[in-house]
Formats: sequence, structure tokens, C-alpha cells
Amino acid sequence: MHGRLKVKTSEEQAEAKRLEREQKLKLYQSATRAVFQKRQAGELDESVLELTSQILGANPDFATLWNCRREVLQQLEAQKSPEELATLVKAELGFLESCLRVNPKSYGTWHHRCWLLGRLPEPNWARELELCARFLEVDERNFHCWDYRRFVAAQAAVPPAEELAFTDSLITRNFSNYSSWHYRSCLLPQLHPQPDSGPRGRLPEDVLLKELELVQNAFFTDPNDQSAWFYHRWLLGRADPQDALHCLHVSRDEACLTVSFSRPLLVGSRTETLLLMVDESPLIVEWRTPDGRHQPSHIWLCDLPTSFLNDQLPQHTFRVIWTAGNAQKECVIFKDCQEGWCRDSATDEQLFRCELSLEKSTVLQSELKSCKELQELEPENKWCLLTIILLMRALDPLLYEKETLQYFETLKAVDPMRAAYLDDLRSKFLLENSVLRMEYAEVRVLHLAHKDLTVLCHLEQLLLVTHLDLSHNHLRALPPALAALRCLEVLQASDNVIESLDGVTNLPRLQELSLSNNCLQQPAALQPLASCPRLLHLNLQGNPLCQAVGILEHLAQLLPSVSSILT
Amino acid sequence: MADSLPTEFDVVIIGTGLPESILAAACSRSGQRVLHIDSRSYYGGNWASFSFSGLLSWLKEYQQNSDIGEESNAAWRDLILETEEAITFCKKDKTIQHTEVFCYAGQNVEDSVEELGALQKNPSSMTSSTLTELLDSSCSHEEKHKYFTSYEMPAKHTENSDREISIEVTDIEESLEKEKYRGDKTCTCTISDGDKGENKPAEDNTVQPKRNRITYSQIVKEGRRFNIDLVSKLLYSQGLLIDLLIKSNVSRYAEFENVTRILAFREGKVEQVPCSRADVFNSKELTMVEKRMLMKFLAFCLDYEQHPDEYQTLKQCSFSEYLKTKNLTPNLQHFVLHSIAMTSESSCTTIEGLKATRNFLQCLGRFGNTPFLFPLYGQGEIPQCFCRMCAVFGGIYCLRHKVQCLVVDKESGRCKAIIDHFGQRINAKYFIVEDSYLSEETCSNVQYKQISRAVLITDQSMLKTDSDQQISILIVPPAEPGTCAVRVTELCSSTMTCMKDTYLVHLTCSSSKTAREDLESVVKKLFTPYAEIEIEREELRKPRLLWALYFNMRDSSGISRSLYNGLPSNVYVCSGPDCGLGNEHAVKQAETLFQEIFPNEEFCPPPPNPEDIIFDGDDKQPQAHGTNDITMAKVESSEESKNLENPGEHLQN
Repeated sequence: MHGRLKVKTSEEQAEAKRLEREQKLKLYQSATRAVFQKRQAGELDESVLELTSQILGANPDFATLWNCRREVLQQLEAQKSPEELATLVKAELGFLESCLRVNPKSYGTWHHRCWLLGRLPEPNWARELELCARFLEVDERNFHCWDYRRFVAAQAAVPPAEELAFTDSLITRNFSNYSSWHYRSCLLPQLHPQPDSGPRGRLPEDVLLKELELVQNAFFTDPNDQSAWFYHRWLLGRADPQDALHCLHVSRDEACLTVSFSRPLLVGSRTETLLLMVDESPLIVEWRTPDGRHQPSHIWLCDLPTSFLNDQLPQHTFRVIWTAGNAQKECVIFKDCQEGWCRDSATDEQLFRCELSLEKSTVLQSELKSCKELQELEPENKWCLLTIILLMRALDPLLYEKETLQYFETLKAVDPMRAAYLDDLRSKFLLENSVLRMEYAEVRVLHLAHKDLTVLCHLEQLLLVTHLDLSHNHLRALPPALAALRCLEVLQASDNVIESLDGVTNLPRLQELSLSNNCLQQPAALQPLASCPRLLHLNLQGNPLCQAVGILEHLAQLLPSVSSILT
Repeated sequence: MADSLPTEFDVVIIGTGLPESILAAACSRSGQRVLHIDSRSYYGGNWASFSFSGLLSWLKEYQQNSDIGEESNAAWRDLILETEEAITFCKKDKTIQHTEVFCYAGQNVEDSVEELGALQKNPSSMTSSTLTELLDSSCSHEEKHKYFTSYEMPAKHTENSDREISIEVTDIEESLEKEKYRGDKTCTCTISDGDKGENKPAEDNTVQPKRNRITYSQIVKEGRRFNIDLVSKLLYSQGLLIDLLIKSNVSRYAEFENVTRILAFREGKVEQVPCSRADVFNSKELTMVEKRMLMKFLAFCLDYEQHPDEYQTLKQCSFSEYLKTKNLTPNLQHFVLHSIAMTSESSCTTIEGLKATRNFLQCLGRFGNTPFLFPLYGQGEIPQCFCRMCAVFGGIYCLRHKVQCLVVDKESGRCKAIIDHFGQRINAKYFIVEDSYLSEETCSNVQYKQISRAVLITDQSMLKTDSDQQISILIVPPAEPGTCAVRVTELCSSTMTCMKDTYLVHLTCSSSKTAREDLESVVKKLFTPYAEIEIEREELRKPRLLWALYFNMRDSSGISRSLYNGLPSNVYVCSGPDCGLGNEHAVKQAETLFQEIFPNEEFCPPPPNPEDIIFDGDDKQPQAHGTNDITMAKVESSEESKNLENPGEHLQN
């Protein structure tokens, strides 16, 4: 037909494209070879810059070539005049920018820019900030650029208030922006430093309320956006707890001193991490963990020379000083007493108010109210449900216990993928509540039966417990941390699904252990029990291992000191 | 000139409105020889945009329209053979009616607050002949006489080229001199019962520094900054027109700006409608719960078809009734109904409302925070862009080219040719004619709808914010049942449609009466005439009107082809602008007609890459012409938006 353009067919086009690409590949490979040859020969001159720029211009993610460039630039730094260097740097900055346009998320390019700027005598930080702003304009979630911006802002000492305003503007555009929220969490504590006495990293209440309102706007607008919920969690989050010695226990019988710490730590055998003062004079001791393994642990113990404990003095004072943590604790053992201890109560310290902070309960109450409002509108939103649970725990774990358990049921139903995680979390909360109740009652007996527990935690808090009932739960193991229960005499763990007993080791006072109706398969699983010197009664009824031929003989051999074994 | 025009074409297209221009581009692109003509001196027909002076001459043309006498028929009658008959065309354009112009801007220093306030009673400073009666009843004979004399222009200006426009401007300034005089005189007669003592220039001077006042002479002086659309439309970001512009690569000839705000008018107040996720997040007006309710409802609308249980039982009731069941607060209901679905109170069913809401939401976020784009330099750019595409592929353009008649072969009943005003016979296979060219005879069975339009120049935005460069759309719901909602589009100077420190406001609704009767009440709600007594508190002040134009435009959309009398089967009719917000109707019409004419051709395929074009060295065929133009178009940068003056200009001279 007349007037119509003749156009290449798609095969012709494809062929032309193929040839073009072949050509490109050849060029790319030869340039790469040339660079490597020169590098090997140590010819680090401008020609290498030229060659690498050809390749990096097309593919900025070739990390080795960036290394080459750095080597060349370092070499040239020594050789060139300041004027020549200035032009070189200017060209390099321009080249970096063009690479960033090819791939704004290239690790190598951003890193090279950091490196270059760091070496400049008078870097133009204002220009760098503007560069970041431009790249974030294109993609406000480019975390490479955010990273670089934090680097630039730190180098240029940009006031945190300005950077905060910048995050404001980007959140306004699109609040689904982890980087932006995260940057706020770094900037706000800088802007509002707390007085020394207050908890580190916390915000004053007026600032906190403003931030809470902002983030509420986000999760009411889109409750499925995680970034806002994470920031919310940070806002209400606890500061890192101060290092502390929670409990100090001295037992005359075992001639043993046990300490529990606020965080797991490693104590070298002869280092000065822990100092023990007995009656105000230092005593060199060997520290070990309850399970005997040398690794970070909440609990450390040491043997005491029996001479100390058997003398006739009316009392002995033991003081443990944690040098790194700048904390210490003291306890007294009186004559005629089997043991002495000193501990911080979980009830006083509110140890278990989950991860949320001790902000004024009015703030938490109002947060709880708005989350409940949201939950009514979005009954199936998992973030909202979880936040409600955490808020209730922060407010009053015992008062809200029943309600919390109901929310757990709903949450598990809407988020079945995380059912196991939620079960563990629920177990943790229930255990915390039971510990609180025990301490309020001032007893050393802990009942955890019939609680659907799936996991045991906070065992380091149970140093003084003598009777523990774990029966009728869903426990699969008695974990190694159980070895922290140095005073445990009776342990009931029947009607679980226990397969391993790793934690029942070195329990100096354990006399009675009930493990009926569990899933113990092999007699070998009972091996750890052999390390409990006082174990007399063991109930193994209803375990698969009871079916084995000659089990009684086997057990008698394995646990010679246990007088009564029920199978 | 007539000699240089070829006489054989495949397609002759008469009228340069949007559907005709798209068709021209499509036909030319598919290799047809296209002649595209327009009897007017500008592109776009009723889709055109004008500078301020251009608009004034356009108005003038409609005043004079009636005067165009009928020249002798004989010249072209002779060209019709025995075996043929002629279908004559319309001699004068009847698509625009009831034009009324009001000027409120101060015209000289002597104008004081009261004088102009008094003028408000009889605010006309210029009006078209169709208003004669009205003026007769309200004005003295003397005044009426002045209205006409003051805007009389020399007859030579009916045809305007660029050079002539500049002459016109000076003419208008001259006439302004006259007006000053007239203004004073009018005052003395109209405020005779008011207190003339307050009328002191000194007072005026004390007020003046407060804000920069725009005077009428400034508007005239800066008239070239205006690009005033006859139709007020926006482009849906996911609409047919955007898709077509992108697909056909015509988009490179135009630039667009995102509409920045959706506004609502509720309880006498203009407020911003939060419609995107970011808007909802940032809104200070909504409570937390409202934010959730709104987002939830909007999310549901996006895939409402997946949740039939949510609306199945309420299918029969109206959308407004449906919204009441959705647990939305009254302001949210208002936002959804009027500003997002943009449907009127009563007529819209639940399904229609949900569909409209979904359409709005799907358009969000493609180019920005609202679903709409506005073409820089006005809507009139769009038809021209398609014309350019047509010209690039060899289409020939003639403006100011009148057509006398279609020539129909009696035997076959097919149209063979047109005869133009030079008496030249131009043959073609297909003819595409815009509705307004058809004679009364042809259209005697057609009942036309009307569009009521108002064009306002104001001094500030309806909703002031930190930025004065806002493009806003506002739907004012009908005041009483049975009337129509009014669509208000406010353009700032960054759209290149108005001068700095002014806003160009377009009002549109489908007519029930004259444009002024339909729209004046809304104008009064939103704006205040320039000179009314100053309100002390700045923030309470409504934007002030500097200048206003009302007119009715024919809406020839949706007319069945069978209603036109005696059109041959190879003559196709394009309609003028419709009342809708988007350009969907025009694009659909163009595509449908194109498929009807050329069932086997692709509609506006993307132009080929210049590298892929095969050059035939020996063959100096029309291809060569086409390729040259392509490379040319390629070279010109897309930033250049005003580059479409006259694609085929060389042919006119």
C-alpha cells in the first residue's frame, strides 16, 4: 500500500539486537582482561581508571573493579599535584553519579563514594546531602541511599532537627518506609537526651505522645503496614536493662555459691570479671556454669572452701562484685542455717513487663484504647492484636491475664503460620505470671500444671525454687537452662511430650522426678539424671522406653543411686 | 493556493476536534491519504483553548455569526453532475449560545469599592447579541449602546493570524480607554441612590497595598498567558486517552501536570478530600477511626466484585443509600459520593457508584497523588498533538477552509467528494464530519443536549494552602434534587493557562437552563465579585472574581447515526465535546469509527523506531516524506509543548 512505512520485521530486529549484544560482550570481556593484566603487572595509572569506568559505567556492581580504582586513586594521590588531584576527584564524583543513575542500589558505588568523600580534605557535604535528597525523591525507600545519608549527616554534623524534618517529609509522602522510621528512632534520642538518671534511649512524654499520634495515623490508615507497627513497638519499647546481679545464694551443704545475672555473661577462670569477697577479704575461686559448659550463662557458681562454712563464727558475709557491670550484691549466711540468699524480686523490678517500657500507664492506657478501637474495625489484624497483648502485659500482666489469653486464641486463628511462635510467647507470659504469683505468695513452690506450655523460659529466675510442677503441658524437653534450679527438690513433669532431659543435670538437691506419660524413647535419654546425686524416686510410667526388654536391669545399671524407679 | 491542494484523498476529515483529530492520526498512520480541514482559523473546534484576546475574538465571532450572508450558490452548484446530488453544510455555527461576559476587575484608579459594588447589579461589561432582550429589560438604552460599541472591532480582525492578534490587543486597550469613561458614567447613574460621598480615591489607595490587585488592563496586557479551554476536561491517569497517547507515542508532543487536590464543598466550606493513602495519613481533619473506615471502604471498592455479599442485597438502591449502610460518617459519605465517585445524589445505582469509585482509585498513584492529569497550555493541545501525528505521516491540513457540500452519487448512494469554498472538488473514499458542520436539514430529527459552562478569572484559590500552585477539582452537589452537580476545575498559573497571581476556574454542568442560570448560584457560593465590601478577616475571604464568562455549548454526544437524515454510508459523524470529565467518549468514538472504516487495520499503533525504517535509496515515494518527518519529530525535544502551531501551514498560503 502506498504511503506506508517499510519497517524491519521482528526477525531482522532480533538479529540486529543479537549482533549488537555480541559486540558488547566482546568489548566487555576484553576490557576486563586488560584491567586484570594491568593490575597484575602493577600498572596502576589513569588508563586503568579509563578502562574500569567503561565497564562500571555499564555494570556498577563489579566490586573488584571498584577495588582497582581505589588502588589507582591511592597511587595517584602520592604522584599528582593538588590541582590535578582536584580535577581527578571531581571527575570521580561525576562518574559515581552516573553509575548511581545506572543502578541506584549498587552497594559498590555507594561504598566507593563513602570512601572517596572520606579521603577528601574539604568535602562538599551540602552537595552530598542534596544528592541523597534527589535519589530519595526518585525512590524514598532506597536504603542504600539512606545509609549514605546517615554517613553524610554524621560527617557534616547536620543538626538532628533538620534530619528529622527530612524524615517527616518523606513519611508524609509514603509512610511505608522502614528507613525513615528507623532514622527517627536514631534522631529523637539525640534531640531529646534524657537526664543521666533516666533510662537511656527513652523519650520525654510530650515527644513520645506526638510520635505515637503520628504512627497511629499510619496504622489506622493501613494496619497491614509493618513499618509503622515496628516503630510503634520501638516507641513503647524498654531501654536496655541495667546490668545487675539478681540473686546470690550460698548453700552450706553443697559448699557452693550461686549468682544469677541480668544477662548471660562469660566469666573467665582467672579473670577479674567477678570478685568474691568473703567477710570483706577477697577469695580466689573457680567459677563455672551449672551445666559445666564454658559459655555465656545467666548463672555462675563456685565451690567454697568448707573451712569457711564449718567454723563457729555467728555469720559470714559474701559479696560478689561484677566489675564490668558495675554491680554487686551481698548475702549473709548465719550459723545453724543451711543456706542464705539475697535477691531482687520480680515483683519489685517488674522484670516481666514484656518488652514494653514503664512509661506512665496513662500513655499505655490510651494506646490500648485506640488499639482496641482499631481491633474492633479490623478484628483480624495480627499487628493490632499482638500490640494489644503487649500493652496489656505492660500495664498489668495479672489483671489482664484472662483477656490476654483470649487475644492469643484470636491471634493464632488469624495468623496460623506463626502459631508455634505465639504458643511460645504465650508460655512465656504464663510462666512470668506464675512466677509473679509465687513471689507475691513468698513461697518457693511453682505450679505450672495444665497451662499448655510449649516452652520453658526465665528459668534463671527460679534459682530458689524447691518444688516445680510442670505436668499436663506440651513440653518436648527439659532444657539445659533447667540446671539453674539449684534448690530444686521435687520436679513433676508427667503428661508432657518430653523426649530429652538435658536440663536435669547436676541438680544437687533433686530427690523426686516424675516423668510418667511422656515420650522418652531410649534409656540413654535418662543419662543426665545420673549427675543428680540425691535422686531417689523416678517415675517413668507410660513412656515408650518402658516397653523395652530388660529395662529395669538397664536402668539399675544406669542410675544405681535411684532407689525407686516406676515403669 | 487552491491549485496546490491535491484533489484525490482516501479520507477527508472535516473538523479538528478531538475525535476527528484522533481519527486523522489513526488514518494517516495506517497509510491513508488524509485531508483534514476546519472552517475555523484555529485547531480544535469546540475543543480549542484561547488566549484572552483570542477568546474575546471568539466571542465576537459568535456575535457576528448571524451576519454572515449567503454568497451565490451558483458557483459550486455548477460542479454537481446530473447523476449527483449535494448535501449542503451548515452556514453558521450554532453550537454556542447565551454567551454572557462580566468584568469585575478594576479598570482604573478611580474605580472604588462602592462603584464596583454597585456595578454588581448590572455587571455586564460586554455581552453577546443573544442577550439583547435581557439587557433591554435591565439597562438603559444608553448603556446598551455602549456595551456594543465598546467592543466593536474592525471587521478585518475576523481572521486572526498571530500578527493580527497583537494588533487586536492594542485595539482592546484603546477600547479600554473608552470603557474607563463609560465605567464612570455607569456609576453615576447606578449608584445615584447610594452614598456617593464614600467614593473617594484616597480610600482606595489605602486599601491597595494590602494585596496586589489585578486590573482588567493587566489581564488584557498579559492575555497571552491565558489558555482558556472551551471544554473543561481532565485526563484519567488510567483512562483511554492516556493509554492512546502512550501507545501511539503522541504523548511526546505534550506535557502534563498532575491535578494536586480533590476538593469537596460541604456545609458551605471548601475542604480537601483525602483520597490517596498519603492523603489519608496526613489528613488533620479525619479522626483515626474515620481514616480506617475510609481506607477500608476504598480498599473494598478496589475489588468490590470479589465481595458480592457486601452489596448484593443493596444493588437496587441508590449509591448514596448504599453508603449510609457502610458505617461511614456523613463527611466520608460526602467525599465518596461527590468527590471520588463523582456521582450525583439520586440517579446513580450502587453498582455504578462502586464502579466509578474503583475507576477513580485505579487511576490514583500512576502519576501522582490524584487520578487526574491536566495538559499544560490547556486541553486544546490534545487535538493538535494528534493532528501533528497525522501530519508527520503525511496528512494535509487546511484551516479556514469552508466546505460547501458533500457530493453524493445518486446511483450508489455513496459520497464521492466535497466541494470547498473555492469551488474545488476534492474526491475521497471516506468522509468524517463533525456534527456542527451538518445542516439543520440533516439534523432536523436530532435533539441536542446542552452543556452549561462558565469561565472565571479569580485572584486566589478556593482553598488556600502553603503552595499557591495548586490544580484542584471540586464537585458541588446539586442544591435541589433534579438539578445537576457542578464540576469546578481550578487551574493555577503553572499550568500555563493563566497569568501569575490569578486562577482560571472552569465550571461545567449539563444544562437545564442558560449557563448563567445554571451556574451563577454556585459561582456566588464560592466566589465574591471583585469589589464587594472588604471582609476584615483575610482567612474568611472568598476568592474574588475578576472576570467571568458564561456560555452554553451543544452536547452532540450519544446521538445515534440513524437520526441524521440522508447521510451516505461512507460519511461518518463525530460528535462535539460531551459533558463528562474524561475524554473517554471521544477516544471510544474515534476508535469505533476507525474500526468501522478500516476493520483490518490497527488503531494508532506505536510509530516504528527510526532505526527500523528501511530507506529505499532509489524510491522517492511518499515513504521518504514520512521518514523525514519522523526524524524531524524525533529531533525536537518533547519538552517543547507549544510546538504544534500549524502542522500543514505551508499549504494555506
